[in-house]
Amino acid sequence: MNDQGLGSYFQFSNVDWGNMLSATWETVWLTVGSMIVVAILGIALGLLLFETTNSHNFLVRALNWIVSLFVNVFRSIPFIILIVLLLPITQKIVGTIIGPRAALPSLIISAAPFYARMVELAFHELDHGVIEAAESMGATRWQIIRKVLLPESMPALVSGITVTTISLIGYTAMAGAIGAGGLGNLAYQDGFQSNNNAITLVATVIIVIIVFIFQFIGDIAVRHIDKRVN
Amino acid sequence: MIEFKDVTKTFNTKQGTVHAVQDVNLKIEDGHIYGIVGYSGAGKSTLVRMLNGLETPTSGSVDIDGVEITGLGAAKLREERQKIGMIFQHFNLLWSRTVLQNIMFPLEIAGLSKADAQKKAEHLADLVGLAGREAAYPSELSGGQKQRVGIARALANDPQILLSDEATSALDPQTTDEVLDLLLSINEKLHLTIILITHEMHVIRKIADHVAVMENGKIVEQGPVLDVFKRPQQAVTKRFVNEEVTPSLDETTVVVDQLIKKYPQGAIVKLTFHGDQAQLPIVSEVLKKYDLDLNIIEGGIHQTQEGAIGSLYIQLNGERDQLDGGLAYLKKLRVETEVLNRE
Repeated sequence: MNDQGLGSYFQFSNVDWGNMLSATWETVWLTVGSMIVVAILGIALGLLLFETTNSHNFLVRALNWIVSLFVNVFRSIPFIILIVLLLPITQKIVGTIIGPRAALPSLIISAAPFYARMVELAFHELDHGVIEAAESMGATRWQIIRKVLLPESMPALVSGITVTTISLIGYTAMAGAIGAGGLGNLAYQDGFQSNNNAITLVATVIIVIIVFIFQFIGDIAVRHIDKRVN
Repeated sequence: MIEFKDVTKTFNTKQGTVHAVQDVNLKIEDGHIYGIVGYSGAGKSTLVRMLNGLETPTSGSVDIDGVEITGLGAAKLREERQKIGMIFQHFNLLWSRTVLQNIMFPLEIAGLSKADAQKKAEHLADLVGLAGREAAYPSELSGGQKQRVGIARALANDPQILLSDEATSALDPQTTDEVLDLLLSINEKLHLTIILITHEMHVIRKIADHVAVMENGKIVEQGPVLDVFKRPQQAVTKRFVNEEVTPSLDETTVVVDQLIKKYPQGAIVKLTFHGDQAQLPIVSEVLKKYDLDLNIIEGGIHQTQEGAIGSLYIQLNGERDQLDGGLAYLKKLRVETEVLNRE
């Protein structure tokens, strides 16, 4: 019954729309869930990197070096290898290596360092004069972080998390291929392995739509926040 | 009172040791507008930043009303900084905040309640002439308006001292004068001490009462503005004063050369008048008395905070002994006479 030619892409009668919907839902919550954790962790790590740069204190410099090394190492490991590498740890933390929840640790650990570097860069790009002005008013370090660094770099932070989220969507599909569920899993199991190209096509289109939606939301948010141009 | 005692600041760079500030001793009385003038790299910014602890001296001490800034702990220093306002060349406003929120910023840092901060910020916006623009973002303002926000923000915590770091250097001449007028009126209204750094003598002349000239990290000359303008001692000071008094000296040189060719026996003289002298017919008196002719090259009167200074570049022509007599008579009338060229 399965046509092996190009026409197979359009045999939509083979698509189980119920499965497709639940897979879409899995992908969305995997993405949003890991995005929230990545945003928090990335900003915290980025702040730590920024605040410990160029310190005169030896211990602070050592901390910067360690965090920096951690970030660089985990940013360099290809995601597909990272998942396999983290399997024992995932088993310990989540209790299983199958299903959407099992994908979360590796998604977060691979994306957070990536975002942390963007956050650090965003802070470095701020006009130092503004920070100096806050210092001259007697602001504490914490006040400067809360009232200057974060709000002043918000457009860069938001566009950074948009880019990170989009690559997260790609990662969820990869994670899906090795059993994490979601559209990637569906495309691989029900599409590729069952010779059902229509399912692969539909899953692809839905992923593209999800990417577009996140990009759109990110762009709107940046435009709304950025008051530098009128 | 502000007091710098034997202040030195050195930076160690890869190129070697840089003496940003060297053996500076300076006293600034309360309520004064004290100008510090110098070319870039002279150490003015470093010196002034020691007042709010943004820079620390390598040796020496900086006192404000007897409190040694250099010896303060972090918490005490932050408290002291709230009593010192600062404005900047590039304004350093928070672009993510409106005018009102920018003015509220230092009040938030000081821990004021939101309602109190808002009330005070509205009053300050009014004081600096920004009433009606409270909801605008910095990107919607002109340079002069941005600096007004900067000034309102610097005044928010009722400081006793206002530091101005090249605050008018990014502004056009007319806006510069408006901002300077605002600073002057604030100095009179609020009786705060203003210390301004600039490389423009015009700024000093317009609002400062005292001035210190810095070069290579040292203060080479200091005193009341009028004195420094009248009798600049150091080469660098003379350059600053001349830039201000005769801004078009290059063009003048051409005219002078032509006059010397035409009347080789004449004398090119620079006369400087002070205060009341500027209003007396001194020159015409000399001309009549010694039967001399006159060519006017260039002249002007400049108003400083303590009085007027007039300067006049002329060529005097006549018999040799008459010319001698005329020049001697000018000196007798206590007009500063400088003969620039005579055969």
